[in-house]
Amino acid sequence: MGYNIVVCAKQVPDTKRITGDAMKEDGTVNRAALPAIFNPEDLNALETALAVRDAHGGTVTVVTMGPPNACEILRDSLCRGADKAILVSDRRAAASDTLATSYILSQAVRKLNADLVFCGRQAIDGDTAQVGPQMAEKLGFTLVTYLEELINVGNDGIRVKRNVGNGWEDVTAKLPALVTVLDTANTPRPYMSKRLMKFKKAKCALELAEGVCPDAMAEKGLLIDMWDLDALECDMQWVGMAGSPTKVNRILSVVLAGGDYEEFEPTEAGAAKLVSELIEEHTIG
Amino acid sequence: MIEVNKQGEVWVFAEQEEGHFAEVPLELLSKGRELADQLGVGLGTVLIGSGVEGMAKTLFEHGSDKVYLVDDAKLAQYQTASYTKAVCHCIEAYKPQILLVGASAIGRDLCPTVASTMKCGLTADCTDLQIGTHIEKRTDTTYENLLYQIRPAFGGNIIATIVNPQRWPQMATVREGVMPMSEATPGREGELVRVNTGITEDDLKLIIHEIHREASKVDLKGARIVVAGGAGLGNKENFKHVWDLAHCLGGTAAGSRAAVDLGYIPHDHQVGQTGTTVRPALYIAIGISGAIQHTAGMKESAKILAINSDPKADIFKVAHYGICGDLNEVVPMLIKAIRGGMSVKTNG
Ligand SMILES: Cc1cc2nc3c(=O)[nH]c(=O)nc-3n(C[C@H](O)[C@H](O)[C@H](O)COP(=O)(O)OP(=O)(O)OC[C@H]3O[C@@H](n4cnc5c(N)ncnc54)[C@H](O)[C@@H]3O)c2cc1C
Ligand SMILES: Nc1ncnc2c1ncn2[C@@H]1O[C@H](COP(=O)(O)O)[C@@H](O)[C@H]1O
Repeated sequence: MGYNIVVCAKQVPDTKRITGDAMKEDGTVNRAALPAIFNPEDLNALETALAVRDAHGGTVTVVTMGPPNACEILRDSLCRGADKAILVSDRRAAASDTLATSYILSQAVRKLNADLVFCGRQAIDGDTAQVGPQMAEKLGFTLVTYLEELINVGNDGIRVKRNVGNGWEDVTAKLPALVTVLDTANTPRPYMSKRLMKFKKAKCALELAEGVCPDAMAEKGLLIDMWDLDALECDMQWVGMAGSPTKVNRILSVVLAGGDYEEFEPTEAGAAKLVSELIEEHTIG
Repeated sequence: MIEVNKQGEVWVFAEQEEGHFAEVPLELLSKGRELADQLGVGLGTVLIGSGVEGMAKTLFEHGSDKVYLVDDAKLAQYQTASYTKAVCHCIEAYKPQILLVGASAIGRDLCPTVASTMKCGLTADCTDLQIGTHIEKRTDTTYENLLYQIRPAFGGNIIATIVNPQRWPQMATVREGVMPMSEATPGREGELVRVNTGITEDDLKLIIHEIHREASKVDLKGARIVVAGGAGLGNKENFKHVWDLAHCLGGTAAGSRAAVDLGYIPHDHQVGQTGTTVRPALYIAIGISGAIQHTAGMKESAKILAINSDPKADIFKVAHYGICGDLNEVVPMLIKAIRGGMSVKTNG
């Protein structure tokens, strides 16, 4: 039989590499200086999905919502073994918060008629960990957060070991279900060289050079599907700015205030002087 | 979604497991009390579980005016669907204006689902909460007395203030340790409101085969001295500098998120916005650059010592003491000085 599996993956700035030059003079983020990457835990979500498909058959479709550049992670997914990739892209989706994002993505999952959805636990750009659970609520799917080990998928549903920080739980969730996956769950498989040769050329319609015919690409299986909000039958009141209850009141760039500060030499004498001061004021000792 | 309701109470979700509260709901009651007083409304808590009525006393003593109790054998164990239904039922019936929840494993599972059901906003991992005014320029509308949900924004030294002007309740999660807990008032009483939410077997979507809990081995919050290492340690073996210094001072070892991500130290040792917030007598930051998400979790330490080879590192700006140099040389010198210094003291 096999399962119809959807993976939601996001392209994110590599926040681990935020350094001095990733900031502009005015204190805002210089996005251009930050490489865009596959959100790390979404790779673990993809790996879990591929493992279920390999064991039971079915298809894995990777969906991302973002600008056409986000196709990069869709190509990456195809090279790792995903069967299908879809870019959800629409100007009207700009400024969506997690609630609006989860609405749009849930419409895509609905259209795909999925039995099982895998998300990363959280995206490293905001660490909110909200989009997965909010999609589950909108779809009426059983939610299972924090998958650390996939035990099996069977008639009763999907059985997983969840890591809840201060311990773990062994649970079975009825299908359809949405599962969020931790980075400790598995090691994402690398590209398969044959697939890499083929799918590195995959493109969505907006990425095609002038004169290249989309139909010809589609025939070769190299066209990444693009869906807009009309294709997803989205109700405009729930997307973008209008659909986002959270608003930014203000953004402050913090100037770290230098209070009383004392510097010590990186020498034995400096270390000794510091330590005796700490002992004197009863901070240590 | 509920309508804007200025008379609505401020609520805290009283997360409990097996009859024990986590610390975070009690911390949130302290903050909640402050916000409720400022708004001139009551402070309520939602207590969900099985046989938990006796726990209400602690909530009253920590400042709650009302406890909304949903007590049902089917709610003995946390499950997303059943707890979401219970919380949403309470929200619809009593229309609070604010709901604060701990950013625990349970809180981060429950909150987004509740917010999605209520179609309201939610801000994760706030580092501060205040009451303030919001002016929407586009429509030239002024909203008074909204909840400011304040948190570092990704990257750089930016703090964002988020508001939910229209679709209520205003929801936020906060990590443990961010809000200081005030003293309880023994004997303080409040009103217990029993709520029947009509949970059925159908609301239990999971079969729970086994639950295993282990007490956390680290107590970062309670430590008098915290010695934290960052990406600057370079590799896991070298992280022993951090452990050595911690041992020698009787302190607790910790790490930045970069150190955790690199596998130098487990996640429960992480300090910062998405880790633990600490206020020790002495915080030593070794090879940590001082990103806002890190300093959010340690800047209120009584004394901060920074060791970094980059004189321009931001960590020096929050530090009281600094040594600019290579940690591989500086830390051993410090250990030597401490051993010497302490023995001089004990001898004398
Ligand atoms: C949503 C979100 C949430 C986050 N939450 C947290 C959080 O809770 N906690 C947290 O810590 N971070 C958090 N971060 C990450 C944060 O932005 C920084 O990336 C992180 O704190 C950097 O860690 P670091 O200082 O160890 O590493 P780096 O920034 O890489 O700094 C390493 C430092 O080591 C110094 N160094 C290198 N070699 C030596 C040497 N030999 N001797 C002395 N010094 C040396 C360098 O000069 C540098 O300053 C979060 C980020 C996001 C986007
Ligand atoms: N724009 C997006 N496109 C596809 N999936 C997303 C998107 N945003 C969030 N997700 C999914 O939701 C998870 C949690 O995201 P977040 O709530 O932003 O932390 C991610 O790990 C992804 O699986």
